[in-house]
Amino acid sequence: MPVLTFLEAIRSALHDAMAADQRIIVLGEDVAVKGGVFLATDGLLARFGEHRVIDMPIAEAAIVGVAIGAAIHGLLPVAEIQFADYIYPAIDQILNEAARLRYRSNGDWSCPIVVRAPFGAGIHGALYHSQSVEALFTSTPGIKVVVPSTPADAKGLLITAIHDPDPVVFFEHKQLYRSVRGDVPDGMYREPIGKAAVRRSGDDLSVFSYGLMVHYALTAAEQLAADGIDAEVIDLRTLAPLDRHTILASVAKTGRALIVHEDTLTGGVGGEIAALIAEHAFEYLDAPVRRLGAPDVFAAPFADPLEAHFMLNPQKIAAAMRDLAAY
Amino acid sequence: MNAAPMNTTVTTPVEREHALHLLHQMLRIRRFEARAAELYGAMKIRGFLHLYDGEEAVAVGVMEALTPDDNIVATYREHGHALARGISAGAIMAEMYGKQEGCARGRGGSMHLFDAATRFYGGNAIVGGCLPLAIGFALADKMRGQERITCCFFGDGAVAEGEFHESMNLAALWRLPVLFLCENNLYAMGTALERHQSVTDLTRKAASYDVPAAAVDGQDVLAVEAAARTAVAAVRSGAGPYFLECRTYRFRGHSAFDTELYRTKDEVEQWKQRDPIRLFIHLLMDEGLLSETDLAELERKVADEIEAAVAFAEAGTWEPVEDLERFVYSERRSP
Ligand SMILES: Cc1ncc(C[n+]2csc(CCOP(=O)(O)OP(=O)(O)O)c2C)c(N)n1
Ligand SMILES: [Mg+2]
Repeated sequence: MPVLTFLEAIRSALHDAMAADQRIIVLGEDVAVKGGVFLATDGLLARFGEHRVIDMPIAEAAIVGVAIGAAIHGLLPVAEIQFADYIYPAIDQILNEAARLRYRSNGDWSCPIVVRAPFGAGIHGALYHSQSVEALFTSTPGIKVVVPSTPADAKGLLITAIHDPDPVVFFEHKQLYRSVRGDVPDGMYREPIGKAAVRRSGDDLSVFSYGLMVHYALTAAEQLAADGIDAEVIDLRTLAPLDRHTILASVAKTGRALIVHEDTLTGGVGGEIAALIAEHAFEYLDAPVRRLGAPDVFAAPFADPLEAHFMLNPQKIAAAMRDLAAY
Repeated sequence: MNAAPMNTTVTTPVEREHALHLLHQMLRIRRFEARAAELYGAMKIRGFLHLYDGEEAVAVGVMEALTPDDNIVATYREHGHALARGISAGAIMAEMYGKQEGCARGRGGSMHLFDAATRFYGGNAIVGGCLPLAIGFALADKMRGQERITCCFFGDGAVAEGEFHESMNLAALWRLPVLFLCENNLYAMGTALERHQSVTDLTRKAASYDVPAAAVDGQDVLAVEAAARTAVAAVRSGAGPYFLECRTYRFRGHSAFDTELYRTKDEVEQWKQRDPIRLFIHLLMDEGLLSETDLAELERKVADEIEAAVAFAEAGTWEPVEDLERFVYSERRSP
């Protein structure tokens, strides 16, 4: 099996899916001639031509809005927002148009779009090139939110997202693009949306996370293992809809839950998971549910020490895990 | 062919003192950014770096036409504007290092320079995001009887955003004192103007809102200054907004990571023949207004200033991490 970076896996998903299905188009700022700022769409223009790989003006509302219209009329558009930080002008289109389309047409119309966006801090991008915006989308029904953490998932989930009958917002942590490699199957395959993955199984506590933080949580879990604490690490992979079954089953087993995300704590996805556990697994809990997220400031200040202070790291996660295990 | 340089001749005459001042300002920007690029290579400056190399005549010419009381709104390619506006090179360099002596306390970096004293409202990394704000500045200033005007810089790429059109409409509808200053360098990142705009003569966009407009050779600092003075006079007279397009070119990539496959080396070389600094030096020498000694003197002065700025940034300190949560909300207690 080929070993690919996360970025190559995204590219491979787009390539293989487009080769297999003429209806798929890619549109966004600098996705064609330049091949994307991160080169996620590099080579697609040469292979599929300018009718299917479309450079858009700097007009995010139109990038997504055009994708929505084209999806209603039979295409399978994959829109790229260059950085998640620029998604705001398109939010009206995503939440007011795409999310509600099926419901308001009583199921007559559907909106099979994917909106891809790189997110996350740690690259000295400062306030407008570092944000985690997933929680803006998980609170609206009708939208699926996917955040892969491994190259194999990046490909399998993106292919599934493209063929999903509903709109999917697909967040790619930009720090993973080149730092993570892994086995990625050739050709088409699908990973299910709405299904979490147990990355490490353990009996003492459960850690729920997604994106880059899954890798940090795994590193932290290994540190704890040296001290005889056996943590289970669950990669949520999909934030909407949440895989309630896997989350609750893990808590039933370990009795302790820690949710870890790079996004700010207040209003983050962690609150929803904590509520879910409190409502449905209360009797299994041996400790209060814990959340670990960024301080409630804007991702991320530019100065190195401030950015480092803002970001989680394996040490901070290990400390929270130890604390929870000791409760 | 819209990528061909404009071939107007550099304007004359000019008073010697003033000419040397303009040249000095352009040299400061060029030198500052050349140093910044080196420091980026040395990883002293991190993150994103958008250089203004080739476009210096625009910021320098326009700032001459403005007063210290006017408001400036700029983009993320704003080192030149900040320097020409009068923010010290040290405060800008320190910001680019992320040091708390920087003009935005080190929290912003290269793309987010801010300075209340010079009424410099960023440093805006969201394309088009600051345009409606400029309208709001002008609305409030007009309502409160202020004489000042707002000069808002933006690129050719920004005219694709809805905010540009919303802002032009309101400025015209309410006859607000706004100078829309479009820096048309023919590319929005890797997308050429004719690949993202149905109408590539950007002054025609202004015409549709009945906003007076002009285009000027952005490589000619005297032409830019003259056009900006005309524009500013119109805006200050109370006639409403004005759209000035400066036709220019960026000599380097969009940012530090740019393979530049979207344009030819030939095109870049052709434009470099119209380097605003070299053109101006030639003109002044031909006119007998500048000698080799004058130039060497200016360059030495600039080098000293920039080296001092680097030393200031190096010696700067980090904001304590305990302050991370300051300025999310007001530090005044709610009433
Ligand atoms: C809302 C938004 N969308 C996209 C971007 C990414 N982006 C940054 S600069 C840029 C190109 C801007 O081109 P232009 O306005 O011509 O300015 P130039 O860089 O040429 O000075 C793009 C697409 C952004 N910063 N903000
Ligand atoms: Mg441009």
